[in-house]
Amino acid sequence: MSETTKLPKARLETRFSPKEPLMTKHDAVVEANRCLYCVDAPCIDSCPTSIDIPEFIRRIATGNREGAAKAILEANILGYSCGQVCPTEVLCESTCVFQEMEEEPIRIGELQHYATDNALEENIQFFEAGEPTGQKVALVGAGPASLSCAHRLRRFGHETTIFEAKERPGGLNTDGVAPYKLQADQSLREVEYVRQIGGIDIEYGTKVGEDVTLEELEDEYDAIFIGVGLGADNRLGVDGADLDGVWGAVEFIERLKVEDNFELPDGVDRVCVVGGGNTAIDVVRQMRGLDVDDVMMVYRRDEASMSGYDHEWEGAKKEGARGVWHAQPAEIIGDGQVEALRCRRTRTNDNGELEVVDGSEFDIPCDMIVLAIGQSKLGELFEDVEGLELDWGCVVVDEKTQQTGNAKYFAGGDCVSGGKEVVDAVEEGKVAARSIDAMLQGRDPAEAEDDARPVAVSGY
Amino acid sequence: MPDLSVDFAGIKSPNPFWLASAPPTNSGEQVMRAFDAGWGGAVWKTLGQPIVNVSSRFGSVDYGDRRMIGFNNIELITDRPLEDNFREIEEVKRHYPEHAVIVSLMVETKEEWKDIIQRSIDAGADGLELNFGCPHGMCERGMGSAVGQEPKVCEEITRWAMEYSDVPVIVKLTPNVTDITVPGRAATRGGADALSLINTVKSIIGVNLDEGVIEPKVKNKSSNGGYCGQAVRPIALHMTNQLAQDRQVDIPISGIGGVETWRDALEFIHLGAGTVQVCTAVMHHGYRIVRDMIDGTERFMREKGFETIDEMVGRALPSYDDWGNLDLNHEIIAKIDEDLCIGCQKCVAACHDGAHQCIHVEEGTRVPYIDEAECIGCNLCMYVCPVPDCIKMVEVDNGKDSMTWNEYTAAKERGEDVEHPGKSTHQTHF
Ligand SMILES: Cc1cc2nc3c(=O)[nH]c(=O)nc-3n(C[C@H](O)[C@H](O)[C@H](O)COP(=O)(O)OP(=O)(O)OC[C@H]3O[C@@H](n4cnc5c(N)ncnc54)[C@H](O)[C@@H]3O)c2cc1C
Ligand SMILES: Cc1cc2nc3c(=O)[nH]c(=O)nc-3n(C[C@H](O)[C@H](O)[C@H](O)COP(=O)(O)O)c2cc1C
Ligand code: SF4
Repeated sequence: MSETTKLPKARLETRFSPKEPLMTKHDAVVEANRCLYCVDAPCIDSCPTSIDIPEFIRRIATGNREGAAKAILEANILGYSCGQVCPTEVLCESTCVFQEMEEEPIRIGELQHYATDNALEENIQFFEAGEPTGQKVALVGAGPASLSCAHRLRRFGHETTIFEAKERPGGLNTDGVAPYKLQADQSLREVEYVRQIGGIDIEYGTKVGEDVTLEELEDEYDAIFIGVGLGADNRLGVDGADLDGVWGAVEFIERLKVEDNFELPDGVDRVCVVGGGNTAIDVVRQMRGLDVDDVMMVYRRDEASMSGYDHEWEGAKKEGARGVWHAQPAEIIGDGQVEALRCRRTRTNDNGELEVVDGSEFDIPCDMIVLAIGQSKLGELFEDVEGLELDWGCVVVDEKTQQTGNAKYFAGGDCVSGGKEVVDAVEEGKVAARSIDAMLQGRDPAEAEDDARPVAVSGY
Repeated sequence: MPDLSVDFAGIKSPNPFWLASAPPTNSGEQVMRAFDAGWGGAVWKTLGQPIVNVSSRFGSVDYGDRRMIGFNNIELITDRPLEDNFREIEEVKRHYPEHAVIVSLMVETKEEWKDIIQRSIDAGADGLELNFGCPHGMCERGMGSAVGQEPKVCEEITRWAMEYSDVPVIVKLTPNVTDITVPGRAATRGGADALSLINTVKSIIGVNLDEGVIEPKVKNKSSNGGYCGQAVRPIALHMTNQLAQDRQVDIPISGIGGVETWRDALEFIHLGAGTVQVCTAVMHHGYRIVRDMIDGTERFMREKGFETIDEMVGRALPSYDDWGNLDLNHEIIAKIDEDLCIGCQKCVAACHDGAHQCIHVEEGTRVPYIDEAECIGCNLCMYVCPVPDCIKMVEVDNGKDSMTWNEYTAAKERGEDVEHPGKSTHQTHF
């Protein structure tokens, strides 16, 4: 039986309230009725897991909330968290046809949250485990990729065991996503819901490569799914990088989300967040949410070149954050404790390359520096697996099947992509399960049917 | 797992959801796609001597942002050759033996009826539907609603059909009559196996004010059309109920008119319909709406503990009675939830101008209050209120025993000294 992971009560993240609280029934039904129920809807194509969006929204409109949840979870078993953490602005909602009329797109993510919340709350289960096949699959890491994969493998009737280094499941859904989107307890609640299908065992505190070897897994299991995500925050190779007050972004967020009684150190009024991606913006917004006075995003290029989403950065600015552009960290100044971030100016030269301007050093006084300059890759762990290829630390797979160069190994999620969204990890886990099932039955994974796509109702 | 399959007057169908005879059942290719989508049966677009149609044909009532809450058409029966239709019916039945294919018919003479019935049966029809309901065009030629409105003719043609048919015969009625039980009984007397209703309601959908011409326009003219879609559902529900209540009509009923969701379908079933038919909603959204109809119905059945459709057929019928048998001493009043109220005061205008003048506003506040002694419990404010659950109707224990109008007048007649039932307010002094 599934043992429930306990979280400390006094988590700093609980100070945040949801940016998009659960819709009321009235709000949901009004919004659902606004949906045009498009044919061959573009939103479906913009969802990595191809949820039949018009269908689930129609079900909300007709008062069939449970049926709506079913339509969502059929395609995406983590539909509850995705409804809250997905960057819908650049996914499903970005292609809503209302955009063509310059009108507000349907609030698809919020409707998805509304539809699935009740199923989780009431523990309404829609899927049953398949007839036991006697075949066993090991999954490495209990993040979204593995959870999605394991659930579908159970529907096919295969036995699943997940090995998780930490003491809790959910991966970055539990430890990483911004608390105003999803909090750790919600992620754990979802994991419990997913596991209700039965037979998804999780071995906590078991780091593959240390506590159990790949050879042992290979001996005992018929297939292995790699869903380890990414590793620790990259560090900055400059003087002063080890001073007190220099943090890794993911480390900071994880402590904020799951550590008992974690608080920002006293006297932190000015924070520099180094980076230009979504993790950097997340930290910036969280710092503002914790009432840090001056929160600066320090980025070596200009505002327009940031890889983080525009809508997130716009939100950060509204909340009072500011950007320091064309600034390349050169040194961290301080005496035991951070006092300033020394940067050099950059500019784009005639060849379009970024170059540092000589003699342009300047200091940004601050009490804390958070580095959001990427996470390490964990591929190394698998470098001895025969046939399995790595590309800059990412596991290489066949795009259609998620199979690696070693027929027994499949992979998905951030460890393959180098860092995308939860929903991508879910889709890749789902596809991998289908391929694993085909492989275990002696069929060609490339020929496996895509059974989860919305039923084509017509051949218009 | 609830079982949705039905046996409707001998016609078997995997679920009670059928397409009504109309454009969605115009051809074999369409019907097969509909079955793939999940429809249990289809009533083929009415066959008869092929006609020519006009363009345009359809008109719509939009309400605010909602399209097609009411719909009308001046289309006639099939405009395709009979041979093509029969060939396609045969093909559909060959590929979909488990699904119900009912062929709708409309011709004039006894000979024509005999011929077209035979050809339909030869093509493999599981049942026939006699179109006695079309209220535009065809009735000018003495068919359609011209038949449905004449009980004698209705009965006679039904009898012919029964004579020639060895598959179940459904008679489709027009709502364009004052009392639906009259044609209902006539068809029953004629031996019909089942009834279906409603066909469309005679209508003019609107006037184009810029041009001063009725819609839908055919060049610079128009004609009356047949009204359907969500807006007609209450009329159809009423007529279904009337027939289901009538002891002289003891045959199954297929409910039609404004069905768009599983809820709509279940309402018809609760009033005695064994199957439901859909036209406008499919014309609006496509065959795919049936997926939620099936899913929602199954969920409802699981929730309420029903295992078959039959268990629900007519479930709400006992709740219907004559007005004279309703308890006049039952008292409800409106209650406003002050915390939820947003102060729009729509209920104030509604009650003052459209009801009983008993919602008031204290000087200097926006949240109204109800003069409970005066409230007659009409529901108006509750419907007008834009905030869900803000105005609720609550039962009042007035200590009075139940008394209906019929009981009261009977007691009076017997010379008993009875108190007038009901609530006495400033407007009604008994
Ligand atoms: C700060 C931050 C914010 C984000 N915000 C969002 C967001 O708002 N929306 C969104 O869609 N995406 C967001 N993402 C991205 C998203 O979290 C990831 O794409 C997603 O979680 C990837 O899932 P995964 O299963 O591949 O890996 P992970 O979620 O990283 O899970 C991997 C799991 O494997 C375990 N593991 C690692 N190595 C081993 C080992 N050797 N043995 C056993 N277990 C191991 C880890 O402990 C972890 O539990 C965010 C990412 C970050 C860093
Ligand atoms: C365009 C159109 C054509 C129709 N043609 C027929 C027909 O040929 N035969 C028939 O019996 N009813 C016909 N009907 C009536 C429908 O079958 C149905 O009885 C009516 O539309 C009410 O159902 P609805 O509200 O679901 O549309 C037609 C309706 C429409 C809108
Ligand atoms: S719906 Fe089709 S047939 Fe009708 S007017 Fe438009 S294009 Fe023509």
